[in-house]
Amino acid sequence: MAKETSPTKIEAHGFNFHYGTKQALFDITLSIPDRKVTAFIGPSGCGKSTFLRSINRMNDLIDGTRVDGHMTVDGTDVYDKEVDVVTLRRRIGMVFQKSIPFPKSIYENITYGLTLNERVSKAELDVVVEKSLRKSALWEEVKDRLHNSALSLSGGQQQRLCIARAVAINPEILLMDEPCSALDPISTGKVEELIAELKDSYTIVLVTHNMQQAGRVSDLTGFFLMGSLIEFDRTRTIFTSPSKKETEDYITGRFG
Amino acid sequence: MNSIANTIPLPKRLLGFFAVLLAATAAFAVVGVILGMVGTFLMNGGTGVTWTFLSEFPRNNNTEGGIWPALAGTTFLVLLMTILGVPIGTATAIYLTEFARQDSWFARSVRFAVNTLAGVPSIVFGLFGVGFFIQFMGTGIDGFLGTSSFGDGSLLWSSATLAVLTLPVVIVSVEESLKAVPRDLREASLALGATRLQTIVKVVLPNSVTGILTGSILAVGRGAGEVAAILFVGVTYSSSSIPSAVTEKFMHLGYHLFVLSTQSPDVDKTLPLQFATTLVLLGLTFLLNLTAILIRSRLRKR
Amino acid sequence: MVPETYGSDVEDPTAPPAESGEEGAPGQFIYASKNPHYPEIYNPDTGLLPADIDRISTNSSDEAQPEQRPLANNLLSDTWQPVGEVPKFGILPLLIGTAKTTIIAILIGAPLGILAALYVAFFAKRWVREIVKPGIELLAGFPSVVIGFFCLVTLASFVQDITGMPYRLNAIVGGIGLSLAVIPIVFSIAEDALSAVPRTLHEASLALGSTEWQTAYRVMLPAAAPGVFAAVLLGVGRAFGETMIAIMATGNAPLNSWSPFEPARTVAATIGSEMGEVVWGSEHYGVLFFLGVLLFVFSFGLNAITELYVKKRFIKRFQGQ
Repeated sequence: MAKETSPTKIEAHGFNFHYGTKQALFDITLSIPDRKVTAFIGPSGCGKSTFLRSINRMNDLIDGTRVDGHMTVDGTDVYDKEVDVVTLRRRIGMVFQKSIPFPKSIYENITYGLTLNERVSKAELDVVVEKSLRKSALWEEVKDRLHNSALSLSGGQQQRLCIARAVAINPEILLMDEPCSALDPISTGKVEELIAELKDSYTIVLVTHNMQQAGRVSDLTGFFLMGSLIEFDRTRTIFTSPSKKETEDYITGRFG
Repeated sequence: MNSIANTIPLPKRLLGFFAVLLAATAAFAVVGVILGMVGTFLMNGGTGVTWTFLSEFPRNNNTEGGIWPALAGTTFLVLLMTILGVPIGTATAIYLTEFARQDSWFARSVRFAVNTLAGVPSIVFGLFGVGFFIQFMGTGIDGFLGTSSFGDGSLLWSSATLAVLTLPVVIVSVEESLKAVPRDLREASLALGATRLQTIVKVVLPNSVTGILTGSILAVGRGAGEVAAILFVGVTYSSSSIPSAVTEKFMHLGYHLFVLSTQSPDVDKTLPLQFATTLVLLGLTFLLNLTAILIRSRLRKR
Repeated sequence: MVPETYGSDVEDPTAPPAESGEEGAPGQFIYASKNPHYPEIYNPDTGLLPADIDRISTNSSDEAQPEQRPLANNLLSDTWQPVGEVPKFGILPLLIGTAKTTIIAILIGAPLGILAALYVAFFAKRWVREIVKPGIELLAGFPSVVIGFFCLVTLASFVQDITGMPYRLNAIVGGIGLSLAVIPIVFSIAEDALSAVPRTLHEASLALGSTEWQTAYRVMLPAAAPGVFAAVLLGVGRAFGETMIAIMATGNAPLNSWSPFEPARTVAATIGSEMGEVVWGSEHYGVLFFLGVLLFVFSFGLNAITELYVKKRFIKRFQGQ
């Protein structure tokens, strides 16, 4: 049983999710602690990405989706009518599987989120740009070409740029949906180092199809299978002495 | 995290509201104008579109009567145009998709030519019709045959001009349907031992019939309404009979509307006729375009 | 007797027919009409105002030979008067007329087309989109003679009622009519360009906490910029090449004026109006063909720019330098 040493940041309680008539998530209940890395693993189509995207309500963009149960962040149900989804998303950063830099300069990519609603002075923007790029270990590589197109960066650099972009708006939570699946091993390594550093400042929830990655970077791991949460515990426990047979089968590679 | 109520400042929210409102107004304004146009035509000309109107000859120097010769003329025009243009367009499309090596400079220049053709103003086609078809080919044929009817504006040359004008429409449409034939189908045929030509004739072409059909209909829709290209290549305003030979001049719905509304001696009297003619022309093109779109969407669904 | 009609102004149907033996094609002459507000046109050859010409006999048999002007000079002069003792082929008024009407058409048509495309691509609910998009694209299928007719009969009166301008058919009415032909093109291509922007960009922007409209205006539209630019260019091509609307709605008078409230004559309309009555092989005929070549070259150039340059920029944007 996981000992809660940090307060709960995100909590799901009896959470169900439907794509039209098809149900994708069944009665998920879990607590994600603050300033830790929580990983979700499981075979393709098990619902882990769907769950992740439900946290910042990105699934709202798809027609015909329906939600049951509760998903709370800091005690507030994110599906509550009072909640403004735009503001919610400002407080939660997201990094996608394929890096999606805007076709703008590196500088503009990072400052995009900041200039949405307030006038920020150039000096302040410069500060944030440097901070964010340092946080994603990209600063040294791009500091001389901030105004070049973001698309001129390599795949790994682009993904780190997306992380910097997400971090720039100072969210409290970082959601990462298979952030390394399109990257080569070296870039993957760099991103994993990043995650280890970032967890001091942010609550990180990571979805990955790479078990070893979950083992390397996360503090807690949840195993999803066919829309249900089979097991959720400290990473060490999951990987060394899982309590459910399905978990063990997955970990040992009995099914992909 | 505090209660996640809306934290976007009011001025920004208002800006957002107006940004969307602006776009919506633009869209609905355009739709409104279209509706207004069609509404005006219907209101003023709806009662004029009778069977008599469609089947009678005009009388009294085109101030009364019907538009039968214009309808007939337009029909002959687009028929001949289709006969002249569709085979060439189809052949070109087949060449471009099946035979040409995609990066050969020839294929690319043909493509470029087709695209350019699509953007040329229709009046320039009219000049081409005069300079090339009438003056060059027409007088050439006259000289050869000893006749005098080919070197002048006629149904034949107008159809030819329109065939050239609508060539891009046909080519694009046929190409689209050819490209929709999945690679595997072609490969399966070749794997069974069929030659390239056999594959094309037996497997690819049947699937392209929709494209040929759509392209032809779209071309006809364009040709029925196109006036600028035939202004001086053979269309006329008054004729006592339907053309009996392709070397004769002919009446045309669009041209009829044009002259009726700009040069008629008694505009007030003919106003109802103008509106009725507009409705017929519009209705015709609309029906044609709609048919083509329906066929095309059925093609896409497959 | 100097002809007193000009353009295709329906209000003056009882005007006497053209003077010379040729049938009066619409808008062939530019002499003053009975309208007192119409500017007098000074004829530099004879030093006379058209009103004066009224009083002079036109039996030219015993007058001196008309002076021959070298064609090049003639083309660059500022009067277009191809039928007369000394034919003037100054294309300047035609170029001005074309520029005037095209600019007005684009100023109206491009923003409307782009904004409508934005609305349909990002803001409209699905069922609204299903109606509006085909609706606007329907306009593309309207024969231009129908649009011209609408302008001539309905729109011109409407605009005149609102603005109280002296001429019923002029550059503004022509420009509005042309914009009706421009809008569907700009709309279609811009909407295609906007929809072609990867949806993932849209998602990424929303995930950063921006609203739909911020995403549309600040991310999607800039990303689609090359395609939208191409849309406008093609709209320009359509506007200046359009003949029927130009003949029917602009007043069809080759004036040297930039005022939008005065009639104009475009290059395309000139060819359309005069080609039917010209003597084949004459100088006039040659000039009209020259104008046609101008049109062709211009539209060819525009097309080339769109195809080559814009496509390149588009690809560059999405693949880095």
